[in-house]
Amino acid sequence: MSKKLLHIVESAYRATLEEQDDPVVWLCHALRGAGAELDLLLQGNAVAYGVRAQQVAPLQFGSRRQQHAPDLAGDLNALLAKRVACFYLEEDAAERGIDASDLVEGLVPVSRAKLPMLFAHYHQVHRW
Amino acid sequence: MTSQQTLTFALMDPPFESARSTTALRLIDLALRRGHHVNVFAYEGAVSLAFAGQKAHANAVHGRDPLEEDHPLTRDWIAALRDAAHERGLRLDWVNCGLCVDERGMEPSITGPRRGSPTDLARFIEESDNTLVIPTGD
Amino acid sequence: MQAHYLLIASRDPYTHVAARRCYELAAQLVGEGRRVTLFLVQNGVLPARPSGGSGELADLARRGVRVLADDFSLRERGIAPLGLAQGVEPASLEVVIEALEHGARALWH
Repeated sequence: MSKKLLHIVESAYRATLEEQDDPVVWLCHALRGAGAELDLLLQGNAVAYGVRAQQVAPLQFGSRRQQHAPDLAGDLNALLAKRVACFYLEEDAAERGIDASDLVEGLVPVSRAKLPMLFAHYHQVHRW
Repeated sequence: MTSQQTLTFALMDPPFESARSTTALRLIDLALRRGHHVNVFAYEGAVSLAFAGQKAHANAVHGRDPLEEDHPLTRDWIAALRDAAHERGLRLDWVNCGLCVDERGMEPSITGPRRGSPTDLARFIEESDNTLVIPTGD
Repeated sequence: MQAHYLLIASRDPYTHVAARRCYELAAQLVGEGRRVTLFLVQNGVLPARPSGGSGELADLARRGVRVLADDFSLRERGIAPLGLAQGVEPASLEVVIEALEHGARALWH
């Protein structure tokens, strides 16, 4: 595959407990596995996906206990390991009180003013 | 602990689309654990929550086969709540709005939830101690 | 008996105007002498992390609104229950059921 893509995720924690994944982060993994060249930009509330301190207890209803609670920070680490660059919008992180030191290592901050320059590096930009 | 009550929840969201579905089930679970009877009026997309046709799947990204992935299905969670209510001698009366079921083709449901109409919601509201509506988003 | 209002804020003010309207309603109700609990859940807990956006919650608490944040939602988002924004306390979702038991008028935003 020759097109380099930037995927943007902004909506966060929408159904991550039931899906045990973020659907867009998961899709990035699947696309990478299929050979796509892609990077990921976290915007809006999704900047929180990089927070190391996230802890999700498996849900239990009656006798039915969830086996795999989501691990969103872990999923970002796994993307980084697959050489997918993961950016985050620094203004959105600051607005939400998230410091760079709160985030998993390897996430790259980008300012809103620099988005056009970032987009220029990709054949296509998709906002989910 | 207060005396036994009947609480009604009205839901609108389908599974896998919003955090509201999971929070709703957490609330229903808590109400049952506190010894209350529970009515649920599933409206609009929420009629899909108990759809019997939901199927689990593998997760190739995490290298898990269907059994290992054990993907949550809201129909299983609702079945577990139904069984927990029964074990506690409590009533979980889950009504799916019939018109919403028809337009979405969401039949059959698992055993337990029944087909109904806004008349059921009217009766629930009237006869229960309190009602919480969990609206949908945009 | 004074009516107790339970306002459940499931959305954050950064991305949803509805969240701000919920805060405004809380302020209005407490201003008219009602007992008000604002319960933050799901992304509604995001401003509980101390930030520029937390000021509105602190202001509501100063006005007499009891501002609580679902501890499960906090942990899910990596927000430490100790050290929340001023005026916000962590709480179990069970608070919602307790409020319903006691006849609270519950409005979900």
